[in-house]
Amino acid sequence: MSAGTPRALASSGQKPIQDIRHPLSAEESALSRSPDVLHPGGAGERDLILPNGTPVDTSSPTSSSSLLNRLQLDDDLDGETRDLFVTVEDPKKHVSTMETYITYRVCTKTTRTEFDLPEYSLRRRYQDFDWLRNKLEESQPTHLIPPLPEKFVMKGVVDRFSEEFVETRRKALDKFLKRVADHPVLSFNEHFNAFLSAKDLNKRQGLALLTKMGESVKYVTGGYKVRARPVEFAAMGDYLDLFTQKLGTIDRIAQRIIKEQSEFLMELREYGPVYSSWSSFEEDLHDPLEGVSGCVSNCSSALEELTEDMSEDFLPVLREYVLYIESMKNVLKKRDQVQAEYETKLEAVVFREDKKTSVPADVEKCQDRVECFNADLKADWDRWENNKRQDFRQLLTGMSDKNIQYYEKCLAAWESLIPLLQDKQEAKGETN
Amino acid sequence: MNNRIMLSHNNSVKIVGGINGSCFSARKTHNNAYLLKKMEISVAEAEKRTGKNAVNMQETYTVYLIETRPVDAASEGTNPALDSLWRRYSEFELLRNYLLVTYPFAVVPPLPEKRAEFVWHKLSADNMDPDFVERRRVGLENFLLRVASHPVLSSDKIFYLFLTEENGWKETVFETGFQAKADSRLKALNATFRVKNPDKRFAEMKHYGDELQSVISQLLRVRARAADRLYGVYKVHGNYGRVFSEWSAIEKEMGDGLQSAGHHMDAYAASVDDILEEEEHYADQLKEYLFYADALRYMCRKHELTQYELEMAVQDLTSKKQQQEELATGTIRTFSLKGMTSKLFGQETPEQREAKLKMLETQIEEGEEQVKERNAECDEFVKSAWVDIERFKEQKDHDLRESLISYAIMQISMCKKGIQVWNNAKECFNKM
Repeated sequence: MSAGTPRALASSGQKPIQDIRHPLSAEESALSRSPDVLHPGGAGERDLILPNGTPVDTSSPTSSSSLLNRLQLDDDLDGETRDLFVTVEDPKKHVSTMETYITYRVCTKTTRTEFDLPEYSLRRRYQDFDWLRNKLEESQPTHLIPPLPEKFVMKGVVDRFSEEFVETRRKALDKFLKRVADHPVLSFNEHFNAFLSAKDLNKRQGLALLTKMGESVKYVTGGYKVRARPVEFAAMGDYLDLFTQKLGTIDRIAQRIIKEQSEFLMELREYGPVYSSWSSFEEDLHDPLEGVSGCVSNCSSALEELTEDMSEDFLPVLREYVLYIESMKNVLKKRDQVQAEYETKLEAVVFREDKKTSVPADVEKCQDRVECFNADLKADWDRWENNKRQDFRQLLTGMSDKNIQYYEKCLAAWESLIPLLQDKQEAKGETN
Repeated sequence: MNNRIMLSHNNSVKIVGGINGSCFSARKTHNNAYLLKKMEISVAEAEKRTGKNAVNMQETYTVYLIETRPVDAASEGTNPALDSLWRRYSEFELLRNYLLVTYPFAVVPPLPEKRAEFVWHKLSADNMDPDFVERRRVGLENFLLRVASHPVLSSDKIFYLFLTEENGWKETVFETGFQAKADSRLKALNATFRVKNPDKRFAEMKHYGDELQSVISQLLRVRARAADRLYGVYKVHGNYGRVFSEWSAIEKEMGDGLQSAGHHMDAYAASVDDILEEEEHYADQLKEYLFYADALRYMCRKHELTQYELEMAVQDLTSKKQQQEELATGTIRTFSLKGMTSKLFGQETPEQREAKLKMLETQIEEGEEQVKERNAECDEFVKSAWVDIERFKEQKDHDLRESLISYAIMQISMCKKGIQVWNNAKECFNKM
């Protein structure tokens, strides 16, 4: 990390930035110590843990009590102990005269003084998360805001209230909040605070306007001719383009595999019963054939589990990253705009060099903005890269695990069949 | 690629060879190995030939090398030269047809299929395809070994000559005059006839043959479809290999892990070829019994014919006896055209009646002889057939059980390979 000393920003929380060591200012070697260590500086742990202290586990629900049980009191990034834990759990359906929707329980445990209480538990719906994200984008335009799961689902195609869909969404929302809570700047945002603690989110006034505007517009000054991106940001842009492509390809491959597996499953479901019907008119071969039928049936169930898991756990994460990258590209564009504004204004001043006036305050302000934006973005980029590495390592090892489990189940089924098949034979051999 | 059969100490016959030297077929335990005791038999090679056919047109066909060697010499330690000759598929067919006609009570071992059936997309339906030829070679050897270990068929002279006399064998077969017998039998079998008192055991056997044929056909069909699907699943994983490689190029620390994981995905995709090739052997074993079911049904049909002919002979005798009685007593109980015409055109002379009675007497004598013969035939048939059916049942139960065991072993091997590959990939992902 290079650049000049970042200047304190209003939104950076209680401590000025100079006093807080940058997350990645630690040496590179810390990262290589153990592949499971998420944060440099911190003591190495054997288990994979998100900065929040919650262990990475996609399958089991993270309840607040189990959260506490797995609490790891280590030095965290800033040299402080981690002091904010959030989870999203317990989806419930609400039926009113106007509409039907799902709410999720958001649990918070914290020692931060910005919060009035040490614990909160309230219910939020997707709309509320959406509001939060928009507010974050609006108020922290120089930062990368984590993505939400997709907002719109085709009403006829996907069952919005099916267990699988709701669970997938819950996991994504949980991840979203954890990423925000993990962020040294975003986690101190007032809207985030409100989201976690306020009974009623006063969001109605801005909501309609925001949904029309879509991406936050406040910081975009607009209209300035964009110059060339500095090398490091150009590299980011290029990388994001390529990475998005690869993710798209992986998504397609994963979908294709699921499709082929489903079709294979269909055939298996027909295949097994044939052995059963064969056994019905055999004497000596009755048990062996029934055994084979049972085995095939077990393998079918295992395969069904595998494809379901891949659909529910693997694909959504890929798609989430694609959304993440989209929003990151927008942030890059915003940065370009800010730089363009500065450079344009600077040029205009330089032009009037003869006037010998000091650099006008507003141009200085622009310069500040550029520098801060760049610093924030770079910091966030590095953190994003690190998280990305963690996430994909977890995703792909998870995929491997699911496949291993599938084969292990099938192996167990077939191995248990062998003695059944051989048994009678030995007995028969003796009578011969 | 030589297939060697070996007689092990407990007289079981193991067939070694085939593709990749893997054990092709199940161990066949023959307590009475008959010809096999004296002679080693194998179908060692296949070659393409071109020549002029019956209508003087150029054709390409495959010939198979049959190698034989007396067993005694081998056990003495000396290694005598192999006798060998070439035969084509049509000659095998000729041999089998001869056996069918000559030993109607036997369940004659079937030949491998004439045309490739139950193919899935990667398998060729072309008779000249080397894989098909190879599997046919194995099937032909299996046929010879089955015949050579049959208690009755193995001592047939024509069979012996088939294995030892290349030239003039065809003529010798035709000289037996079996063709004429075959034609008349075939005509009779194809005609529809009904037996008055069907033998329950044979009816059951025929029904079993029907069911067996139906269920194995279905099994083979579904298995072929499943093989197609499985092929797709594995091969699509190869795409992961490519995309991981491309992705690793834009990554820094993650690159190596991704790249090596990609190689494992390629290996996974490639592994399906061997898996399905082995499964094809299993399918071939099932096919043999599919065709055996046909042989069983054919034999039951022949029994029906034999019984029908007996019933016809009895019926004929009964009617002649009745005629005799009527003539003798002068009462007409049975309608006969001759009787009517004689009534219309006047009574016959006593001389004519005498002549007629004499003729009837001879006919009755002949008829009684015929009934006696056919009765004996029927009894003989039933006795021999039932012995062979029992032998067949035992063989079938043993062989199919062995096939199921080897199928289970195949599945186990496939699962273990899968676990290994995904564990390897997981290790690489962990290093990301």
